[in-house]
Amino acid sequence: MNDAAIVIIDYGAGNLRSVANAITKLGYQAKVTSNTDDVLNAAAVILPGVGAAGDTMDSLEKLGMSKVIRQLIYEKRPLFAVCVGLQILFSGTEEQGWHECMGVIPGIVRRLPSGLKIPHMGWNQVKQMVTHPLFDGIPNETNFYFVHSYYANPDDISVTAGTTNYGIPICSVVIKDNLIATQFHPEKSGKYGLKMYSNYLKAALGER
Amino acid sequence: MLTKRIIPCLDVTQGRVVKGLSFTHLSDAGDPVELAAFYYREGADELVFLDIGATPEGRDLMTDVVKHVSEQVFIPLAVGGGLRSISDMRHTLEAGADKITINTAAVLTPELISQGAQKFGSQCIVVAIDAKRINSENKPEWEVCTHGGRKPTGIDAIEWARRVVTLGAGELLLTSWNADGQRAGYDLELTRAISEAVSVPVIASGGAGNLEHLYEALTIGKADAALAASIFHYRIYSICQAKNYLAERGIPVRR
Repeated sequence: MNDAAIVIIDYGAGNLRSVANAITKLGYQAKVTSNTDDVLNAAAVILPGVGAAGDTMDSLEKLGMSKVIRQLIYEKRPLFAVCVGLQILFSGTEEQGWHECMGVIPGIVRRLPSGLKIPHMGWNQVKQMVTHPLFDGIPNETNFYFVHSYYANPDDISVTAGTTNYGIPICSVVIKDNLIATQFHPEKSGKYGLKMYSNYLKAALGER
Repeated sequence: MLTKRIIPCLDVTQGRVVKGLSFTHLSDAGDPVELAAFYYREGADELVFLDIGATPEGRDLMTDVVKHVSEQVFIPLAVGGGLRSISDMRHTLEAGADKITINTAAVLTPELISQGAQKFGSQCIVVAIDAKRINSENKPEWEVCTHGGRKPTGIDAIEWARRVVTLGAGELLLTSWNADGQRAGYDLELTRAISEAVSVPVIASGGAGNLEHLYEALTIGKADAALAASIFHYRIYSICQAKNYLAERGIPVRR
């Protein structure tokens, strides 16, 4: 059996093609899969995200994938979660009522405050709160592409590696051990988005 | 701070880029994939592809275009023109589009908006509104047109904008039928009226002839993004020039 080093989790939603195209552009090959063994055997895992958090949780549960994701995080293995992928790592979300999420990062996902246009859609700056290989070659305050109506609020602010202002400061990058999660979409954020994936993959695959 | 988006629009028919003048006079030019890559390198914030032919063969060609563009362009892609069903939407999204825009189909079948939003998320569903000024005694009014601006519907554009947002549209692409192709500026009254009426982002479209027009749409018109075709397509201005101009006037843009 030939295990793929890089896998993109397919849970029937999300912008899988965009993420796969970005990885291909970087010169890697990624396997798009909904098989839990593929994910457990991979060196680098990407959890894409588009759509509602509750549906995403349901889909991951059905595939047995939420257990696998918990295991990856528990074992401190490389995982990159995007947008809704970030949100479902938290304790729960207020989207469409209350939905219990994975609870890997303590904190609540809330609706963006009214007064500004919702969704928060477009390019906004990410302020880097830590020095980390993820940000190698990426200037502080670089613009990334956001599209979301809910935002995650970690109880422990030490996991917040990047913040973005949209009326209020939003936690836009989470880093905890080898878990990376972004509220924005690197695959839609031009050359610096690609650079971010490249930094992640290099570290995950042990390249230097 | 959230930046204002500059969005080049590629009108496509039978897999080729065209530019319309008031939706009717067309001049063929350009490979959409090459043009998209060019705009990406220049710093476009997003791209909109509209299949103005909207024939079944054209739609297949458009799907190929989207596939190829999404392999080399890493900014959001919105695709529309002739999408009539959830399966059309799915097909387009699977090809690599991030958003789909619907116009005539939304007017004929408003449930398509709610179904699309439920299936793919509101952020995927852009409702395109073509609005035509109508004579009225006191305040300006606009009527929604369909079929590329040819068919008036009798629906008030502002009411329609509110309704489609309630149904689940995540963004509006607002085109002034009167201003489109004239290069004499956006319909600022229309843009502002719609932008103030809804809670979702509004892309102003139709009428950009110079950079001042973009500035006006984003300030007076209160638009979140400005879309233009011919000023970029014919290289009258580059995306960089547009962004530098706006930045000098205090508009937050990505550079």
